[in-house]
Amino acid sequence: MESIFGIAVDGIAYGMILFIISVGLSVTLGLMRVVNLAHGAFAMLGGYVASYAAQSVGLPYVAALIVAVALTVLATLPLERLLYRRIYGSANELSQVLLTIGLTFVIVAGINYLFGPTLKRIPLPDLLTGTVALGPKAIPTHRAFVIGAGAATLVGLWWLLERTDFGIRLRAAVDDPAMAAALGIRTERLYLATFALGTGLAALGGVLGAELLPLEPYYAIRYIVLFLAVVAVGGAGSIFGSAAAALALGIIDTAGKYLIPNFGEFFFYAALILILFRWPHGFFKGRTA
Amino acid sequence: MTRTLRNALLGAAFGLALAAGPAGAATIKVGVIAPFSGPFAMFGKTFKDGIAQYQAEHGQTVGADTVEFVYRDLEQANPAQAKALAQELIVKERVSFLAGFTFTPDALAVAPLIDEANIPAVVFNAATSAITEKSPRFVRTSFTLWQNTVPLAEHMAKQGIRTAVTAVSDYGPGLDGEAAFKATFEKNGGKVADAIRMPLKSTDFAPFMQRIKDTGAEAVYAFLPAGPTTLAFAKAFADNGLKDKGVRLFGPGDITQEPDLPALGDAVLGMTTSFHYSRAHDSAVNKAFLAKHKELFGNDDTATFTTVGAYDGTHVIYQMIKNAGGGKIDGAKAVESVKGMSWESPRGPVTIDPDSRHVTQTIYLRTVEKVGGRLENVEKAAFEKQPDYGYKLAK
Repeated sequence: MESIFGIAVDGIAYGMILFIISVGLSVTLGLMRVVNLAHGAFAMLGGYVASYAAQSVGLPYVAALIVAVALTVLATLPLERLLYRRIYGSANELSQVLLTIGLTFVIVAGINYLFGPTLKRIPLPDLLTGTVALGPKAIPTHRAFVIGAGAATLVGLWWLLERTDFGIRLRAAVDDPAMAAALGIRTERLYLATFALGTGLAALGGVLGAELLPLEPYYAIRYIVLFLAVVAVGGAGSIFGSAAAALALGIIDTAGKYLIPNFGEFFFYAALILILFRWPHGFFKGRTA
Repeated sequence: MTRTLRNALLGAAFGLALAAGPAGAATIKVGVIAPFSGPFAMFGKTFKDGIAQYQAEHGQTVGADTVEFVYRDLEQANPAQAKALAQELIVKERVSFLAGFTFTPDALAVAPLIDEANIPAVVFNAATSAITEKSPRFVRTSFTLWQNTVPLAEHMAKQGIRTAVTAVSDYGPGLDGEAAFKATFEKNGGKVADAIRMPLKSTDFAPFMQRIKDTGAEAVYAFLPAGPTTLAFAKAFADNGLKDKGVRLFGPGDITQEPDLPALGDAVLGMTTSFHYSRAHDSAVNKAFLAKHKELFGNDDTATFTTVGAYDGTHVIYQMIKNAGGGKIDGAKAVESVKGMSWESPRGPVTIDPDSRHVTQTIYLRTVEKVGGRLENVEKAAFEKQPDYGYKLAK
């Protein structure tokens, strides 16, 4: 009984990390139709900034988190202006892939040069270390915090995209850019804001998830497959789809590791294949359809 | 611009070589295959540091011969590419030695090549016992899992630990460690309650911790290759309450290697490992080694077992060149000439075992402690003259 409960809790925590990082990718992919393979690199960038801010500058955890998200967004906005703007729309997917994967390599090399190949750590405050009892199982406080942060992100994003003026304009601009522009919506600004949102979520996930996905220069390439898998299963552009996919994959992967560790990542990819076989466009069909 | 510069440099180097070279002097090349980029770049960096430090201390020449190191990047375990790089080094660069090798499969892949070309290969890291069995031209200056695990398992049994779980990465060295632990621990009256093999690419270790907890074992023997996964593993161990529950974590020292200690932090405080090198090793040779390392590279934060593996490996290569006495390097004879060779390394006294061509050395029992504000592997006990127990055994 305890182990079933354990699998559920650990799986949800793992899934929430995947969700926070992947939903940013889902937003840019689904709403702006950019296959942003540099998303993992942005998450890594956020983690490194937080690590530097916390360890070398001595900022407290929450401040480091905010600084990391803000700086990552600030640093990547010029990229939107200079590079991403040229590749919006689904007409030229190859150039999207080539540009963003190239960008990833540049960031990986840059991080390796600046910070070296060793692991980087983001020290947790005392409040987040240790364990909390959750029914019959004690789980690390940090994981409980991550589950909470994931739920908050989920609700916040839903509210932002479905209930605010920004969300309405954005959806209009995505569905028909020419018409939206004719109606006086400044689509370029909207795209800039959405790009910032996606990058910010990546950075947030990179910082929160640093305990599970350790920060090292190859982070960007090592984990992008996981994030893409979540988006594929969830359906691009669907927030609830991303959450459902991340949780499902997180729990299946955790259960497989616990019950039959020798099979490695078999269950993760088996689940991926089966789900895509049944729902080729993901759990929830995204806005791109 | 860069091309002109490079040509100028090449021209200058060539001119100097012509002008400076007395009759009979040659350049002996050593090809080093290791990861210099990618997730395992730390290995390449420490190898390069170790070699550079040895050359800074002992000069770039042996007799009249200049020793030159040629580096080839092998990002991660990739036997086919290791073979291609070795071939290129042998045929095009005309190297007299091969060295490096972080991962077992890469070392195994070059065995037929070094036999055919009659070239010695000095392994700086790869730690499966089977490697030196594959070619008589392999010499190894690192360690093996058997060598480290046998004294550790004996120590654990002596501590009164009755049940243990093994948790190892699912590849060659991990399986070696698992076999060595089970054999030794059970011979000494212990019982292995569960043998968990973890995927090499795991990032979330909570499920394994739950499984360990469920067995109710008193201790864990864990092996993971040094790198990102060790951090997540050690943290998961503390975070899932196993440490508080009194479960004790043991393993070879990869898990607490020096460059990772600052990142691991207090999670590994008090952890006991067995290993052949610690930066905190108390000897005059090690103190001098670290002082020189600091002088050359600005700090000794990254000085670790792979640095020493390369440093000692370079020593063995220099000795082989010396023994050849300015003549052409004959691989088989060169290896023959260093069998039984002994010296004082920064890790302590070492000998090249004549049978296995693997280094016989002291294995230390260490505990992670804070020394002057920084985490160190402090040595608590020493098991002298440990051979590779796995040679011609682990099949």
